[in-house]
Amino acid sequence: MSTGISIEHIGAPAGSDRGGPAQPLLTVNKLVKHFDLKKSFVETLVGGGKVVRAVDGVDFKIMKGETLGVVGESGCGKSTTARLLMHLIDPSAGEIVFNGETVGSPQLSLREYRRQVQMVFQDSYSSLNPRLTIQDSIAFGPQVHGVPKQEAVTRARSLLSRVGLEPRRFAGRYPHELSGGQRQRVNIARALACEPRLVILDEAVSALDKSVEAQVLNLLMDLKEEFGLTYLFISHDLHVVRYISDRVMVMYLGKVAETGPAEALFQEPHHPYTRALLSSMPSMDPDHRTEQAALAGDPPNPIDPPSGCRFHTRCPLAEAVCSQRVPILENRNQRETACLIHEPGSGHSLAGTAIHAS
Amino acid sequence: MNMTSTVAGIAPVPAAAEPVERSPGFWSGVVRKLMRDPVALGAGAVLLTLILMAIFAHQLVPSDPYATSMLKRLKPIGFEGFPLGSDELGRDMLSRLMLGTRLSLFMGITPVLIAFVIGSGVGILPGYAGGLVNTLIMRTIDILYAFPSVLLAIALSGALGAGIGNALLSLTIVFIPQIARVAESVTTQVRGRDYVEAARASGASPFTIVRVHVLGNVLGPIFVFATSLIAVSMILASGLSFLGLGVRPPEPEWGLMLNTLRTAIYTQPWVAALPGVMIFITSISFNLLSDSLRSAMDVKS
Repeated sequence: MSTGISIEHIGAPAGSDRGGPAQPLLTVNKLVKHFDLKKSFVETLVGGGKVVRAVDGVDFKIMKGETLGVVGESGCGKSTTARLLMHLIDPSAGEIVFNGETVGSPQLSLREYRRQVQMVFQDSYSSLNPRLTIQDSIAFGPQVHGVPKQEAVTRARSLLSRVGLEPRRFAGRYPHELSGGQRQRVNIARALACEPRLVILDEAVSALDKSVEAQVLNLLMDLKEEFGLTYLFISHDLHVVRYISDRVMVMYLGKVAETGPAEALFQEPHHPYTRALLSSMPSMDPDHRTEQAALAGDPPNPIDPPSGCRFHTRCPLAEAVCSQRVPILENRNQRETACLIHEPGSGHSLAGTAIHAS
Repeated sequence: MNMTSTVAGIAPVPAAAEPVERSPGFWSGVVRKLMRDPVALGAGAVLLTLILMAIFAHQLVPSDPYATSMLKRLKPIGFEGFPLGSDELGRDMLSRLMLGTRLSLFMGITPVLIAFVIGSGVGILPGYAGGLVNTLIMRTIDILYAFPSVLLAIALSGALGAGIGNALLSLTIVFIPQIARVAESVTTQVRGRDYVEAARASGASPFTIVRVHVLGNVLGPIFVFATSLIAVSMILASGLSFLGLGVRPPEPEWGLMLNTLRTAIYTQPWVAALPGVMIFITSISFNLLSDSLRSAMDVKS
């Protein structure tokens, strides 16, 4: 049955939208992933034992055709979120709605969803099978979805030339014969081979050197235009995120701290964490050099996260109420901020006042 | 299917018809590296000689390996008509050593081959499946693995009764858990690689993923490990014959010859040591070749 559906979907033109452009391509509701820590035998029987709250109730939307950048310190749950979106790991709770349909429902099988959402990994080497030629690696995905081998290979070669690799020279090569930048182009071609609508880029350019990184970023932007793609762009490099993203989501310790349009968010961060994160960006201007670390120490342990607002242990504006009350992520003029200062009547002394001046 | 029409944003490339430069495959690279490795070439030459000797033993032997002579027992190396001396029944040592290559190699290679096929399957399944399946299968294998291999081989052979078939069977059983363990750990490693994740993300079935992405990457390392077991298998088989559980006299086999000649260790120590020398040469050649194979298969070097 699923084949019948998938052929129909494959045949549908790229613009087969439900609800028009106002409807988000992807909606994530209360997504949770807790990893069990190694339990003793007794704990397995009785239940209990501790969990790592890698992703702890994350909500966001990705609009059609936009690039959503995701930033945050290591361990904040960026990559876990990506792997949850790909269904490489099963969520503990929450739902993912793609193009108006819940993933895993009869209307949208996991298999069909996986064709429409693809991922580019950080490590360009380990994401290509060393025993397969590059064209075989790219052609694998379409073949899984029933495209005949010959056609899949033809598509692989045309994609290779599209990402800037001469098929005649590169199609028959093995991954170890390519440079990092070339391999990452192959990975992009591989992700596009199934004609996805959403591509998740998990630190996809982070391992490349700066000049190659810029080329690959520009390639990504061209491809987005050409194939009408939507990107989820995960990176720890704030400059790159600002360059490529339409909107940015800031994560802290498994929760969303703030989302907003990229320029507005970078110009005028609302959440104290965002502000600290942005001030750690190196400046080109020697008069504005960062003299002091904006954030001291490591994020708290996600096994036992702080009560209330998770950032209160490191927040310069924290008050007593911050350790008791969990801030709600609420939408106010395109911006969403999970901070008690932005929640009128929250009990924080600065609540409701504009703190943007600082 | 009209998937193409949707991709058609890309200019049609007349690619399919055009020849593509094909890089030499992985295995031809391995062979090329082995050919440049003097140790591998040496060990390979020794093994090739032994295999040829085993195949053509009957044509090559200088005299009848079964002909006994009470008058010419335990003659030293270089005795007239006996280039490598004679054994306790006056049989020509050279001929017996040459014919013994057959059974010794057979007993060394066969159990490992069978165990490679079975053990790979038994190991790859839990390695890829993980979780409860892994725990169930691997713990069962651990029970077998807990016995020292010599002890297990002797116990199994003893229980099954003497004879070549039973010796082969017991050696195979001894090696399956060892190969399965390696297969499981290599598969677990490969399973965590991003290309397997990417294949899962593209919606491929576990069977397809194992066939396309896992097998090619795990069989090599498992095979290397298996070749290193051939030497162990030969020594264990010799040990079983030595105890009278494997090959039976008068068939020549190195382990058995070592056993029957051990009484002559004071009168003709050099002659008595010869079968041991053969076992040593063969097993060290297998070990060296498997070491070279391991380093030749390391793509990054």
